[in-house]
Amino acid sequence: MSEAAPLLEVTNLKKHFPIHKGVFSRVSGQVYAVDGVSFTIGRGETLGLVGESGCGKSTVGRTLLKLLEPTDGTIRVGGEDITKLDRAGMLPYRRRMQMIYQDPYASLNPRMTAGEIVAEPMVIHESGTPQERRERTAALFQRVGLRPEAAAYYPHEFSGGQRQRIGIARALALNPDLIVGDEPVSALDVSIQAQIINLLMDLQDEFKLSYLFVAHDLAVVEHISHRVAVMYLGRIVEMTDKKSLFEMPLHPYTEALLSAVPIPKASARGRKRVILTGDVPSPINPPPGCHFHARCPYAMPRCKTDVPALREVTPGHFASCHLHDGGVRFPLQAAA
Amino acid sequence: MNPTQPAVQAAGGPAVAPAAPVLQLDNLQTHFFTAVGTVRAVDGVSYELKAGETLGVVGESGCGKSVSALSILRLVANPPGRIVGGAIRFQGRNLLELSETEMESIRGNEISMIFQEPMTSLNPLYTIGRQVGEAIALHQGLSRGEAMNRAVEMLRQVYIPEPERRVHAYPHQMSGGMRQRVMIAMALSCNPKVLIADEPTTALDVTIQAQILELMRELQKTFGTAIVLITHDMGVVAENADRVVVMYAGRKVEEAPAADLFDNPGHPYTRGLLGSIPHLDTAARSDTGRNRLTEIKGMVPSLFNLPPGCSFAPRCSFATDHCRQETPSLMQYRPGHWVACWHADRLLGGAS
Repeated sequence: MSEAAPLLEVTNLKKHFPIHKGVFSRVSGQVYAVDGVSFTIGRGETLGLVGESGCGKSTVGRTLLKLLEPTDGTIRVGGEDITKLDRAGMLPYRRRMQMIYQDPYASLNPRMTAGEIVAEPMVIHESGTPQERRERTAALFQRVGLRPEAAAYYPHEFSGGQRQRIGIARALALNPDLIVGDEPVSALDVSIQAQIINLLMDLQDEFKLSYLFVAHDLAVVEHISHRVAVMYLGRIVEMTDKKSLFEMPLHPYTEALLSAVPIPKASARGRKRVILTGDVPSPINPPPGCHFHARCPYAMPRCKTDVPALREVTPGHFASCHLHDGGVRFPLQAAA
Repeated sequence: MNPTQPAVQAAGGPAVAPAAPVLQLDNLQTHFFTAVGTVRAVDGVSYELKAGETLGVVGESGCGKSVSALSILRLVANPPGRIVGGAIRFQGRNLLELSETEMESIRGNEISMIFQEPMTSLNPLYTIGRQVGEAIALHQGLSRGEAMNRAVEMLRQVYIPEPERRVHAYPHQMSGGMRQRVMIAMALSCNPKVLIADEPTTALDVTIQAQILELMRELQKTFGTAIVLITHDMGVVAENADRVVVMYAGRKVEEAPAADLFDNPGHPYTRGLLGSIPHLDTAARSDTGRNRLTEIKGMVPSLFNLPPGCSFAPRCSFATDHCRQETPSLMQYRPGHWVACWHADRLLGGAS
């Protein structure tokens, strides 16, 4: 439990899903959902994880909480390796790591009242007396902006934004250190989205929480995160503080992603942008070499064969791209 | 009465072309009659669309933006929904007075629509070619073979690789972006005057969204189609629409040229909406403290029992007793900039 160790340290994490075929469920292939991902999250820090659908960002969140068994790699919490722990061994760590889900309609049990939902983690982990739990539930409701009387209602009686507040209260119930948010605001209307983002940031300051914020909306991720990791087809292609990511994207995919986000300003009309051709390839048979080479405007012959490693190109700024093999190249066009 | 003039104008002219409107909604009212009460989903909405123009319609879920679009094509399920008042004029004819047969000759031919979900709006049992060709065969009286050739041509126009092979593919064999291209090919196959795009890119990834929007802009230039772009994404509107209509709880609360709306929003709701979106550039540059987003307090009111007066008043920081008693009507505060708010003067005065 040394203070020097980051709260969470993930090294070369892999999660492959076997594809079964035929009567004997022979394994006929693998989905390389997460294929060697490494990052750390410090105390009180938010790491944003962005990428398009199917890039493996949600699988990273689930695997590091061991909701899915990792195929390879290590997960350290406060310096302790939790990768090989069994159910019982995981229990103390589960209290410290909680999750908020995307769909506020599917992630709450419709047969439980809001109060029971929020108190459930405390019951499972035998935290406090029933009276203490009730008091804590009421305090949590208040903290996330719900009336304590609302504890008696069932999920269907709440709006989407309110349900997401219930999910947040549940995640906070055991005073966790780390919360993984899997697209926690993407199902909400814009005006409600702002309320939830503000709430998450306030709670972070108040309780010194660390967040892994998984989302596809780059503007939201840039807003809430301190550092951002960009994923493409199971791998992190770039990771740095949010300012460098925006001002000096070193991976062609990040550059395209940034330029594709529509900007709600009159001056944004007709700006020059990089438009990628084609679709994201399948993670079942990812292309050899750099996964991005088929869509990359700067692809070179070696990109088709050699996998670029995620390297620290400038201090604190990691990118996996052959363009920087001979030193930093920015802007990227200069290299082409 | 004059036929639609081509909106050809010297470059540098204002964004608003002086053409007659192709489509005009006049005080449209679409209500849903349910067991628990009447929902005024669209409650007196008017807007018009000129040839070659893109009109953005924005608002949050339940504001009536999609129902108003479905009403244009008379696709609102009846029961429970019914258009109870107003008029929809297409090239001067009121669509609400047409027979179903007459309507069929307009639907998919003169006015067509792209839906949000490319997965569910294509029939999984028919090939792409058959579905794209169907509208062509129906409206242009072509034979099946001719329609198929035209389908290939349309798929080529929306940049589907190997269109000769892809016409024989089924929807499940294509990605989300490809399916949305097929939808666009289908919608544009009869060269419609008006295209209604209801959240056309919401289900797509950003890089694919950028491809699709680029394609729509390009096709609009080629065919001169007028587009109603319905979305909740203010960024998509800012980059694509010429004019914008903002809806809240079944009513139009603001209408303005896009540039004016984003620079000087006149309605507190529009202002709140713009303040509540994280901006990529400002978010990235504030490297020290993370700014709080402007919140709009509370939530969208239930359409079953709207408050009297301005529907937005309970969430509005400008609201006074006047707002809670009397519904503000739309007034023009600047050229082409209409706002329904008792305090718009103050808001716009402060902004300019």
